[in-house]
Amino acid sequence: MRRLPLSTLLLLAVLLLMAAAAFTAPWISPHDPLRQSLLLRLKPPGSVDPRQGVFLLGTDDLGRDLLARILCGARASFAVAMLSVAVSLVVGVSLGLVAGWVRGWAAAIIMRLVDTMLSIPAILLAVLTVAVIGPSFLSLILVLGLTRWPRYTRVAYASTLQVAAMPYIQASEMAGAGAARILLRHVLPNIAGPLMVVATSEFGLMILFEAGLSFLGLGIQPPAPSWGSIMSAGRQYVERAWWLTVFPGIGLFTLVLCINLLGDAMRDQLDPRSAGR
Amino acid sequence: MRHIVSRLIQAAIATFGVITIVFFVMHVSGDPTLLLVPEGATAEQIADLRHQLGFDRPLPLQYLAYLADLLRLDLGQSLVQRLPVSLILGSRLPYTLELAAGALLVALAIGIPVGIAMAVWRGGVVERGLAAVVLAGQSLPTFWSGILLILFFGVTLRWLPTSGADSLASLIMPSLALGALAMSTFARMTRISVLDELGRDYVNAARARGLSMGATVARHVLRNAAIPVITVTALEIGNLLAGAVIVETVFAWPGIGQLAMQSIQARDFLVVQAVVLFVSVTYIGLNLLADLAYTAIDPRIRGQA
Repeated sequence: MRRLPLSTLLLLAVLLLMAAAAFTAPWISPHDPLRQSLLLRLKPPGSVDPRQGVFLLGTDDLGRDLLARILCGARASFAVAMLSVAVSLVVGVSLGLVAGWVRGWAAAIIMRLVDTMLSIPAILLAVLTVAVIGPSFLSLILVLGLTRWPRYTRVAYASTLQVAAMPYIQASEMAGAGAARILLRHVLPNIAGPLMVVATSEFGLMILFEAGLSFLGLGIQPPAPSWGSIMSAGRQYVERAWWLTVFPGIGLFTLVLCINLLGDAMRDQLDPRSAGR
Repeated sequence: MRHIVSRLIQAAIATFGVITIVFFVMHVSGDPTLLLVPEGATAEQIADLRHQLGFDRPLPLQYLAYLADLLRLDLGQSLVQRLPVSLILGSRLPYTLELAAGALLVALAIGIPVGIAMAVWRGGVVERGLAAVVLAGQSLPTFWSGILLILFFGVTLRWLPTSGADSLASLIMPSLALGALAMSTFARMTRISVLDELGRDYVNAARARGLSMGATVARHVLRNAAIPVITVTALEIGNLLAGAVIVETVFAWPGIGQLAMQSIQARDFLVVQAVVLFVSVTYIGLNLLADLAYTAIDPRIRGQA
């Protein structure tokens, strides 16, 4: 393994910092993200209240501290993205491994399903499904997880086909190893690299999907904070309270940008030929 | 020829698959009648409606009836607006097409020159600067860039209207917000495509004949580099239609995206379903078109595949 370039380490540091801030939100947050106070509605960043202290990033339309809500919203973003990536990774990779190993009819059916899923715009399918089953944290994860698996299946299928033809796989087959053992012990570790690249870019997309659905009112439900729903309120008060959209947006943009850059760096690391493409 | 037939079959399977998935999503909650009744309906009205819409029949029968309706292009009757769903969809569609056209124009007009510049001035300051723009376009959530545009051009400068579809000026900001992601895709594709062509012998030959770099690119390279870009264009139109849901909500643009969101709030699920079906089938159609156009433009592909 080559040493990681400085820029990648820097990206990782920023991402870890954001993740740490998100997961320790309840302890580092300066205020209670749910505490409303009608006298402190739409206060600009840096406002001071003699009793409650400083509102570093201002307050929202119900007088709640924006910094606390952004920190807490980051936690929701990370949690949804991690869990839904996990769901789609497990579903997608399992189907891909099976298709690549069994081939024949099973593969034909699975890969047609992949084509079909990829021809429905994910955001629309998610909007329809969440609206049908009702928005909640759990339905968000299930819907995102069960709509975004096909890219893993494609990669796992293609890589399994390649790896399955290798002599060491035939050797372990002759040694009596079962299909499940070969797939998990020998095939999976060999296709993990490209799968991680897909998972990284999907993680960024999931963050965007969660924010987008919450923006539309179909994600994390109020009063729980989410970057999308904070910005949706900010759209309403755009003439009076720029901070409601600018600050969560900076968080979202920085996070997705870092994840995209990290994904590119990982791809270049795995396949130096693609560097600079 | 064989390639065309197999692509047609593939598109037909995908269309059928989309219809099936949407059907099952509508049934995943158990009783689809509850998704269609207006708010405040009595239990008796619900039971009547269930029978009238055939939701009391066995699932396979319902599925076949559903397929038959769609085959006749019958999307059903909205129980909230008491109008055919196709009529409702048709009245909003022109707005979304207008928005998608605006976004596509933005994406092509910025993306392609940026991509060419990145390829021609490879490795220099120009490429680095433009790469940052492309990357930003890729990571900007449309609702955020939309609101930032509103803040800057609508609220601070007061140049452009912040919502609605009253004039051509209202189209500018939604097009920019929606087009940013497609712009990045075009720039990346054009860059790769032009770079591939720049390495070929005919470029050296043209340069050796004394043709300037600009003339070589304009006369020879672009023609060859255009093929992958054409394919991406078709795919991007599909993505723009899907992205319209969020952008139309930000700008209160009265297209099918806003229609979908309003229909969810009004519990008019036949309309929501129709929007999803329409965009997905259009997406499949554009995909097919891109593939066939690709074959028609580039004779080399006919031999393969």
